[in-house]
Amino acid sequence: MAANGGQPLIHARGLVKRFGELAAVDSVDFDLERGEAFGFLGPNGAGKTSTMRMIGCVSPVTDGTLRVFGLDPAKDGVKIRGRLGVVPQEDSLDMELTVRENIIVYGRYFGLSRSVLRSRADELLDFVELTDRAKDRVEPLSGGMKRRLTIARSLVNEPEVLLLDEPTTGLDPQARHVVWDRLYRLKRQGVTLLLTTHYMDEAEQLCDRLVVMDKGKIVAEGSPRDLIERYSTREVVELRFGDGRPEDFSYWTDGLVSRVEPLPDRVLLYTNEGDAAAHGIHERGLVPESVLVRRSTLEDVFLHLTGRTLIE
Amino acid sequence: MTTLALAVRPLEFYVAQYRRVWRGTAISSVVTPVIFLLAFGFGLGELVDRSTTLPDGITYLEFVAPGLLAATAMQLASFEASWPVLSAIKWSRQYHAMLATPLRIGDVLLGHQAFIAGRMLMTATVYLAAIAAFGAVNSPLGVLAIPVTVLVGIAFAAPIAAWAAYTENEASFVAIFRFLILPMFLFSGTFVPLETLPEGLQIVAYVLPLWHGVDLCRQLTLGDVDASSAAIHLGYLFAFTAAGLAAAYYSYRRRLVV
Repeated sequence: MAANGGQPLIHARGLVKRFGELAAVDSVDFDLERGEAFGFLGPNGAGKTSTMRMIGCVSPVTDGTLRVFGLDPAKDGVKIRGRLGVVPQEDSLDMELTVRENIIVYGRYFGLSRSVLRSRADELLDFVELTDRAKDRVEPLSGGMKRRLTIARSLVNEPEVLLLDEPTTGLDPQARHVVWDRLYRLKRQGVTLLLTTHYMDEAEQLCDRLVVMDKGKIVAEGSPRDLIERYSTREVVELRFGDGRPEDFSYWTDGLVSRVEPLPDRVLLYTNEGDAAAHGIHERGLVPESVLVRRSTLEDVFLHLTGRTLIE
Repeated sequence: MTTLALAVRPLEFYVAQYRRVWRGTAISSVVTPVIFLLAFGFGLGELVDRSTTLPDGITYLEFVAPGLLAATAMQLASFEASWPVLSAIKWSRQYHAMLATPLRIGDVLLGHQAFIAGRMLMTATVYLAAIAAFGAVNSPLGVLAIPVTVLVGIAFAAPIAAWAAYTENEASFVAIFRFLILPMFLFSGTFVPLETLPEGLQIVAYVLPLWHGVDLCRQLTLGDVDASSAAIHLGYLFAFTAAGLAAAYYSYRRRLVV
């Protein structure tokens, strides 16, 4: 903080990105402090990637104020990019090169010397557990390994902030957990993380603080727990029906739950006492095909704020 | 830092990549023109040498070899600036990876063009040594055909990179090769003296860049340099290259900075 003269690492006010008539990012405000893990949660098309690209100084700001490390991306893009690490949504690894060469070549783009890069490549491959694949070509690696290599590559310039655009989209559950584990370690080492995701579990796992984005706007901001407390109940009862799903639930749910959310495939009942609510509707004679009582998640927050689910 | 210094960094990527794939490209860039040379220079040359259209005392091999050098540079550089550029934007996304680092549009463009220039340099050197071994280089000035070949290559690589960064569709490359590159290859004084072509085609050849490269290379390897026409050829090629690089820069910006 002191090194930045008390300014946040990233500062945005009224930030806008327009493509023709479409406002992909429609006047958003946020600040990112050093050491935080900050997330943009929202469905595809919410404006998350456009925001990240403006921060990464690869996409010009249409309107509003954006400062990264206190610098203006329009003037100091080169300096800013030198201090950022970027994990893009689509892998851009060099398929013909080996795993290790990928890190070294990328490090050269930052002007780092080959001798520095040789030792740093070894450390980074160790960190993402790819040491035994160092001499293999990238092409045949699994999706999870490629993602880990992309993360290792993005760390080659020892960035102050790591930008991760949907870091685990398309990975299987096991590979996702490995990636989360590495990112969690980075966070503990003091690397500031800025990530976008449309997975609420990813946001819950990694983010200290997040903003929920929808249609280019920020619709809520807080820690995952804050947001759940503010916009949802402690528990949710999920009901699924075969045939004979009622149109109106008020007869069964009045007085038992605080809100009913009918979705195409299931009905969500918001309540602080899930088991009691499930028992209550059963006593009033409603018999769904299945009943699940679970803790409330960010998905519920998003649903409450926008009326839609995160992954459509 | 200046763009020239930064452009060395992406160049290192292309060199590292080329080290993995050079065997395949070495065949297409050196062996193919040498086969052409053998076929045209010796086979067809036997027939042509009895004709009277060639300048005095010049064998057909001596005539066609420098023409093939320039024409091969055109083909090779055009190829290297088409699919690989679109791929770096659209499929393998290397340009995007580079632009996330301190590199800028100009560095990315010049780095790629520098790699193509390096390929031209290697090809021209090997090719010139080969035709010298066949006795088709009459003058030490022939060595200067190497930098001219590099220039011819970039004169094509730059505008084609501009198009590749503009187009969404790789099918247009096939059209460019079929309707621009191949006719130029055949009708730019490569195989027959330009004066033997109909006047209309001659004018077209003057306007397009390849003939200037062919004639300049030929003047140098034959050791028969005409200062004023050589200066015009060089000036034309430099101007065409500069315009191509400017167009490519504009096109890269439009496509990559959105």
